[in-house]
Parts: sequence; structure tokens; C-alpha cells
Amino acid sequence: MLRIENLTVIRDGIPIVRDVSLEIGEREVHVLLGVNGSGKTTLAHAIMGIYPSKGKIVFLGEDITHLPIWERARRGITLAFQEPARFEGLLVKDYLMLSSREKDMGKIKEAVKTVGLPYSILFQEIGDNLSGGERKRIELASVLLMKPRLAILDEPDSGIDILSFKQISNVILRMKEMGCSVLLITHSEDMINIADRATIICSGKVAKTGDREEIKKLFKYSPCPLKR
Amino acid sequence: MDEIIKKEYESLVKYYEASGGNSHALISKEYASMVINGDKVLAKNSTEGIIIETERIENGVYARITVKRGYKAKNPVHLCFGMLPREGKQIIKSEIVAEEDSAVRFIAHCIFPNALRIEHIMDSRIIVERNAKIEYEETHFHGKSGGVKVIPKTVARVKEGGEYNSSFLLKSGRAGYIDIDYEVHLEKNAKSMLITKIYAREDDEIHTNESIILEGAHSSGVIKTRMALRNRAKSFVIGKTVGLGEYSKGHVDCTEIIMDDAQAEASPIVIGKNPKAKVTHEAAIGSVDKKQLITLMTRGLTEEEAIDVIVSGLLK
Repeated sequence: MLRIENLTVIRDGIPIVRDVSLEIGEREVHVLLGVNGSGKTTLAHAIMGIYPSKGKIVFLGEDITHLPIWERARRGITLAFQEPARFEGLLVKDYLMLSSREKDMGKIKEAVKTVGLPYSILFQEIGDNLSGGERKRIELASVLLMKPRLAILDEPDSGIDILSFKQISNVILRMKEMGCSVLLITHSEDMINIADRATIICSGKVAKTGDREEIKKLFKYSPCPLKR
Repeated sequence: MDEIIKKEYESLVKYYEASGGNSHALISKEYASMVINGDKVLAKNSTEGIIIETERIENGVYARITVKRGYKAKNPVHLCFGMLPREGKQIIKSEIVAEEDSAVRFIAHCIFPNALRIEHIMDSRIIVERNAKIEYEETHFHGKSGGVKVIPKTVARVKEGGEYNSSFLLKSGRAGYIDIDYEVHLEKNAKSMLITKIYAREDDEIHTNESIILEGAHSSGVIKTRMALRNRAKSFVIGKTVGLGEYSKGHVDCTEIIMDDAQAEASPIVIGKNPKAKVTHEAAIGSVDKKQLITLMTRGLTEEEAIDVIVSGLLK
């Protein structure tokens, strides 16, 4: 579904992602692991088109390397930020409707329920009145409603309490059931347990890609194997 | 109603509805209302607790609206000020008095759909007596040419325990030239919120000068300005709050988004003349928030669509 070939992202003259090649299959949950500053988020943003990159990104057989963000989104890729934006004057229900083009209020309510939020939140503004955790869940609801082919989730579990952790995992598995592949950035070892495969990113490079258990063990032993 | 007045009335009401007005309220006897085109009062209706008196003046109308003591209006008062011709001058002088313990909400629409060279001058004096409350919501529609000069001036006095909130909204069409001058004096325990939200385009020029003088103890006031400017539009915003009374609280809050070659200047002024008063301000001018923009684009909105959503939210 997604093939990245020799991707390099340079920011302010410094290569943050270096010659990364990676493949993600249909309905695959793929976890990106790496220490802070390893280039995980930059790689995710480059796939979405937020940062320009050198190399090639092929999505569903089409070279999308030079497409703008919104065209990639219309082809089925979306991204939920680690720190979601605030929108003055925009109600949660309006945001969910316009971001997913879903007009059916029943489906919107269902998505809100799936991410563990009360219906009453639909009538609140997406501002400082909501906690970071609530805004993260709204992002997840928005991604769910959009029914993407590839969802890139940047640390959806950070700042979330332990009880909600299971809920987030279930949302990701639900996406998979719906036919969506998920590229998941996380620091959490537990989150790896829902992955099919995983990749360790280290100093902007792929250190290792493999099945979940193999990568989990390696990451525990050596979070940045290329530095050894 | 004679034939000419009837035609003008129907035409104005058509635009009134298009700009979000409730035309039923202009006909119903249950609503106090007034419709003015140029210097003519086309229709007016007083109710049990709200008296509307008018007289013609040079180039306009003088109106006095009294909300009787203790009267809590169930229905809002609907006002429609307009000018159908392409050119001309309209002066509206008004005096609004909310007597003790009364409460009323005004919904005003100012409509200049065909304007090429129109000047609309509004000169209001507002008195909110003890424990009374006035909400005044004003929506403007100035057409597409930008040939409108709107100069609203209001001086309001809010007596002990009273409340006066006003909003000035222009979201669609051209703004033209707007020069707002509002001054609100708050006595003991009185409250006020002044909200201005304008979307300016092309060569539109917006000036606002709003002040809340916190004269009484425990009085509180907020001036909130939201503007979006595109093309070569300019704005000059002054929000001033003066803390005189003990434990009075004032806040000035201005956010402006500028795009293209637009320019904005914001001057929040906070003056404390009593050590127990607290007056604060925040002002931000900048381009569209990048994170908001990218978030919406990751959902498939183009940059233009995303900007529209962000600006609509800001001006909501």
C-alpha cells in the first residue's frame, strides 16, 4: 500500500531523515519506534507532505512524492498530530463534519463514543476549554470518520491515562478492521503489542524493520542500535 | 402604507432576510421593531413594555427607545437600518433607555446592498439604569463594492448592577470604511462586553476605538476584537480599559489574522488609577495559524478552504 524509497528530509540544512526505505502493507499496523529526536515525526510529516523530501513515496501504486498535503489526504492518507491544534469558534461537531465530510450526526456520535468522549463535547469549542487528551481523542474520531486507507498517528497514547490506553488500542484495531493501515508512532512498549510489524528509527535512519516481537526485544535491549 | 413605502419596505426586508434577519418579527405585533430606509421610517411597532418614538431629522431619523421599568422582554427588538439607493447619507441619532430592572435584547441589521457611495452615521446614547440589562447585536451587510462609510458612535452609561453587551459583526461582502467609536461607563457592580468581528477585503479600512471606563467598585468589562484582513485591507484597533473603581476588572483581547498585503495595527491600552483595580490585555496579529491550516489540509481541505474555516471560526 505504501512504499517509501530512499527518503531524505533536510531541515535547516540538517538531514533529519536519511535515506529511509519502508513498506507498509494493507491493513497493517506498523509501529515506528525510536528515542526522542530520532526523526519519527519528521518521517511521518514527510509522508503526509508537510515537509518536502527527496526520494520517492508510492501510495496505492501512485507516486505521490510531489502532491500537496490535501491531495494526499483525498487519496486516503491522513495524520493525527501529537499535539492537536486548537480552533477558536469551531465546535467539535462542525470540525468532525467538515474534516470527514460526514453529515450523518448518528455516525459522528458513534465515533465520539468509540474514542470514549461524551456526546456533550460535540457542542464545545476546540479551544483551551478541552484538555490535551480530549483534543487527541477528537483527532482520533476525526480520523475514524474520514475512513482513510492509511492513518498516521503521532503518539496518540501520550498524555493519556492508563484506563484510556486500552480504548486507544481498540480504536486502532477498529481502524484496521475497517480496512485502514496504521503507521503508529509511540514510545510505549505496550502499544507495540497491537502492531503487526515495527521499525526502529535511529538518527534518521532505519535501524531495523521486522515482526513485532523481534523489534520489541531489540528496542528494549538497544533503543538506538545504530549508535552502538 | 402607501405604494412607494410598501415597495421600499418589501425590498429592504428581502435584503434583511438575506443577511440573516427574521422578517416575521418585523410584522408580528408581539415584537417591538423598526425599519428605516434613508430618512424614512417605513415601519415601527411598540409593545407593552417597549416604546419606540421617532422623528425625521435632516438626512435621517431620531429614535428614542424606552424599555419600561421592570419589563423583561421575552422577544428581542428587531431593528433594520438600510439605504437602498447607491448614493446618499443616513444619520441615525438614537437614545436607548433601559429603565430599572428591565432586560432587553436588540437584533439590529444595517443593510446597504447597492452602495456605491453611502455614508451611514450612527450616533447613540444608551442608558442602562440600575440592575437593567441590554444586549445589542448588530450585523452589517454592505454589498460588494466597498462604497460604504459607516461611522457608529455610542456613549453608554451603565448604572449600579446593570449590564450592557454589544456586538458588531460584518462577515460577508465588503466592509468599506468603518470607524467605530464606543465608550462605556460602568458604575458599581456594572458589567459590559464589547465584541467586534469584521472580515475586511480589498481596500477596506477599519478603525475601532473602544473604551470601557470602570468607574464603580467591582465593575467589570471586556473588549474583544477579532478581525481577518485580506488583499490590501487595513485595520487600526484601539481597545482601552481604565480601572478607577476598587476591585474593578477590565480586559482587552484582540486577535487579527492578516493575509496577502493586508496590514493591522492594534493598540491595547490599560490604565490603572486604583491599586485595587486589575486591567489586563492581550493582542495578537499574524498570519493564519499554520498548525490549524495543516490539520485541516490533512483532512483533505485545500489551503483556501482551510483558511475559510479558520476565519469563520475566528469571526463566529
